[in-house]
Amino acid sequence: MAQLVEGETGRWEMVIGLEVHAQVISEAKLFSGAATAFGAAPNSQVSLVDAAMPGMLPVINHTCVEQAVRTGLGLKAEIHRESVFDRKNYFYPDLPQGYQISQYKNPIVGRGEIELDLPDGSTRTVGITRLHLEQDAGKSLHDQHPTQTMIDLNRSGVALMEIVSEPDLRGPDDAAAYLRKLRSILRYLGTCDGNMEEGSMRCDVNLSMRRAGDTEFGTRTETKNVNSIRAVQQAIEYEARRQVAVLEGGGTVDQETRLWDPGKSETRSMRSKEEAHDYRYFPDPDLLPLRLSEDLIARIRESLPELPDEKKRRFMDSYGLSAYDAGVLVAERARADYFEVAVAGRDAKLVANWVITELFGALNKTGRDVTDSPVSAGQLGALVDLIADDTISGRIAKEVFAAMLETGRDASVIVEERGLRQVTDTGAIAAAIDQVLAGNADKVAEYKAGKDKLFGFFVGQVMKATQGKANPALVNQVLKERLSG
Amino acid sequence: MSAALTRLTIAEALGRLRARDISAVELTEAHLAAMARAQALNLFITEMPDQARAAAAESDARYAAGTAGPLDGIPLAVKDLFCTEGVATTAGSHILEGFTPRYESTVTAQLRRDGAVCLGKANLDEFAMGSSTETSYFGPTVNPWRRAGAPATDLVPGGSSGGSAAAVAARAAAGATGTDTGGSIRQPAALCGVVGLKPTYGRCSRWGIVAFASSLDQAGPFARSVRDAALLLRSMAGFDPKDSTSVDRPVPDYAAALTGDVRGLKVGIPREYRVDGMAGEIERQWQQGVDWLRAAGAEPVEVSLPHTRYALPAYYIVAPAEASSNLARYDGVRYGLRVEGENLTDLYEQTRAAGFGAEVRRRVMIGTYVLSAGYYDAYYLKAQKVRSLIAGDFRAAFERCDVLLTPTTPGPAFPVGERQDDPVTMYMNDIFTVTVNMAGLPGLSVPAGLSDDGLPLGLQLIGRPFDEETVLRAGDVLERAAGFTALPADIAG
Repeated sequence: MAQLVEGETGRWEMVIGLEVHAQVISEAKLFSGAATAFGAAPNSQVSLVDAAMPGMLPVINHTCVEQAVRTGLGLKAEIHRESVFDRKNYFYPDLPQGYQISQYKNPIVGRGEIELDLPDGSTRTVGITRLHLEQDAGKSLHDQHPTQTMIDLNRSGVALMEIVSEPDLRGPDDAAAYLRKLRSILRYLGTCDGNMEEGSMRCDVNLSMRRAGDTEFGTRTETKNVNSIRAVQQAIEYEARRQVAVLEGGGTVDQETRLWDPGKSETRSMRSKEEAHDYRYFPDPDLLPLRLSEDLIARIRESLPELPDEKKRRFMDSYGLSAYDAGVLVAERARADYFEVAVAGRDAKLVANWVITELFGALNKTGRDVTDSPVSAGQLGALVDLIADDTISGRIAKEVFAAMLETGRDASVIVEERGLRQVTDTGAIAAAIDQVLAGNADKVAEYKAGKDKLFGFFVGQVMKATQGKANPALVNQVLKERLSG
Repeated sequence: MSAALTRLTIAEALGRLRARDISAVELTEAHLAAMARAQALNLFITEMPDQARAAAAESDARYAAGTAGPLDGIPLAVKDLFCTEGVATTAGSHILEGFTPRYESTVTAQLRRDGAVCLGKANLDEFAMGSSTETSYFGPTVNPWRRAGAPATDLVPGGSSGGSAAAVAARAAAGATGTDTGGSIRQPAALCGVVGLKPTYGRCSRWGIVAFASSLDQAGPFARSVRDAALLLRSMAGFDPKDSTSVDRPVPDYAAALTGDVRGLKVGIPREYRVDGMAGEIERQWQQGVDWLRAAGAEPVEVSLPHTRYALPAYYIVAPAEASSNLARYDGVRYGLRVEGENLTDLYEQTRAAGFGAEVRRRVMIGTYVLSAGYYDAYYLKAQKVRSLIAGDFRAAFERCDVLLTPTTPGPAFPVGERQDDPVTMYMNDIFTVTVNMAGLPGLSVPAGLSDDGLPLGLQLIGRPFDEETVLRAGDVLERAAGFTALPADIAG
């Protein structure tokens, strides 16, 4: 979905490609046995290899390789039977070896694709260029001492998957949809936890502008350090406007690396093309080419879970849900699982409404995840059953649900304890109606004189008199009889 | 008595130790005394007399208990490129000043496991870059051999494992470890009149050895006999899961391969090694070797290795390229030397300028250049193609023969200082040895005779991948035929 930028001289189109660094879920680092847990004390998870002590050698962690293959299969991508690890050479204190082991010419995963779910319910396919494995660097801490920089090597050597998209994205909403979908797939696969705030998923934005209708690409910039979906959207909007201003002012966009400053909400130049590092890539002679057997790939393929797209189609086909509802439910595997337990043997649309509107709404308010919902899927299903068999009305159900959220108790218990069972006894309803009509003789007269709108007033008064428990259909029926009499 | 103990081969010493005829402590003390007498040769960067005595005492205890290992009590010199737990490891460089590893290289750990005693850390060219042991930050090692008629002229021991080779030649160690990237075991072995073996790439683990050029580096033994080299290799070799390039295949009993029988063995003589301007004494020695093997029943066959002349230039692209990256970790940030600077870049520049010697700086710059964008294809990639062609040459040759015989070096030991300012002449020392590293093959240098000046000359045997046994078998026959018993004057006297 192209979001065009209005310039002084016409309309411009954004061309965006994203590079995502996703931390591989694995006990140990890519080339050493050191642990990878988040939040450990500085330099407590560093092996001799990670610290680049003399004579130390990298040994590939096969779990990380399998995770990359798994991710590649989840992105419907080519899995390369042979790939090569290269050294990317540059000096920095948090890069102890003086080079990062990465994959340059021959990555483990080639072309794939991702289906975006757009806000209007439609979908669009975005190309994946490649996925490769590489080591993360350590962390330089500049704020711990007035004159010294501290280095934490816990992250040094942790396995990352760099996932590069084609320049197929056309605006901030596209980019957000891409990141959400990618994160969803990674989480389904269990290959990356996707927590951008912990840095386990990070994003660089490549963006160029061209006049609406043009087919050639403009000069792009790469913006680094964009570490939330919101920030990606902001950085794209800022960078698009900046580039349009440059181009319309008669200037040219410099091919450069820029940095997103979340404090000032702007991008600024980090290094120009001339200052770009010459990384002197060459195959790492400490590692043999990585060869994957057909058996391994087949085994991983067989172990893949149902992924969001397939699940979404199944939810639409077998439950008759709308694309939108199905999309919301499958975005997270735990949500989809919750729905599937709750819906068993019940009206799918009704259950979907309760899960999406009531449950997710309540969880969002309290910042909780569906996995620690106070109301279990079975309990929610039982509540829907009470509506379906006329034990309670939809309105009462909301009250019951609020109590369930608070106490975690079953709907039926709450209904009984609070006496919320719907009144379906015509005699009792008729008595309540007679009482209301007797107390509002003037309004009855007005109604009979032709003021039809007062019917709603009477219904409301009856419901109030019965604490909302009267069956609304019965109330309507008896009220009509009485007023026409 | 003491001198007699240092003249024993490892095989002889093991026999007497097992017979409880001598003790490990006596054997080690004899070598420590020889080390003390040889101070002027600058064989060691770090001597370890106390640790050696303690280890020898433990060996004696194991002999007494009947639990002695295959090399128990054998005193060895260890090239100071092998990391040794709790003992300073310098790689011959100022930049590793103060660095003491808290880990032990796989090769030296296996030697210790089998009971070997470490006498000290032997001198070497800085980061193993050199062919004369003159680039060491700790000063040159001097060859115990001297030219007839010029006893005052100090000669180089070759390099880079010059300290190891000279220590074995000077009878200051019964054997030694070295590493060979382009000839760094075989060339000093030839110049010092001892046996030196570079095993097949992947035969010995590189874990814990300071890296020079990862795709070429290989550890191997120095000894005074082919049999001793076989005994040492058996302990040094083996698969190591910590080195992805080490190869998982059984380690044979190499000494058992020394049958003395080379009848029918086809010995390839590569015609391209008959280089222009080859010294007459080298050519004669080579022919002598061919004759010895023929006399023992082997069949010499002429073979061709057509890409030989591209090997040296290609080697001097691949090795510096890998070195430029391998040495990036010596940045003054975590260990070793640090020279403070005004900012980060300044710290790097000051530290590396002060920490690296001229030869290392030269190779880091060459390596950085050949890997640069725009030059990679012309240099590094082309050199890798040459490497494949060289390996192909050897594969073709080994269809016609079982082992190759060549000179080890183009000449004998040369005076200290003579070639230091002439890197290209210095690099020519490796002309017969680099091809073997480029192809990852096993190569053995055996002392074969003396030059016109009375200096040792070596012959090289090259084998198929992982066929160290044939190389050692042929080397053993050559050694018997050569009957090389000459000693450096200082030792003989």
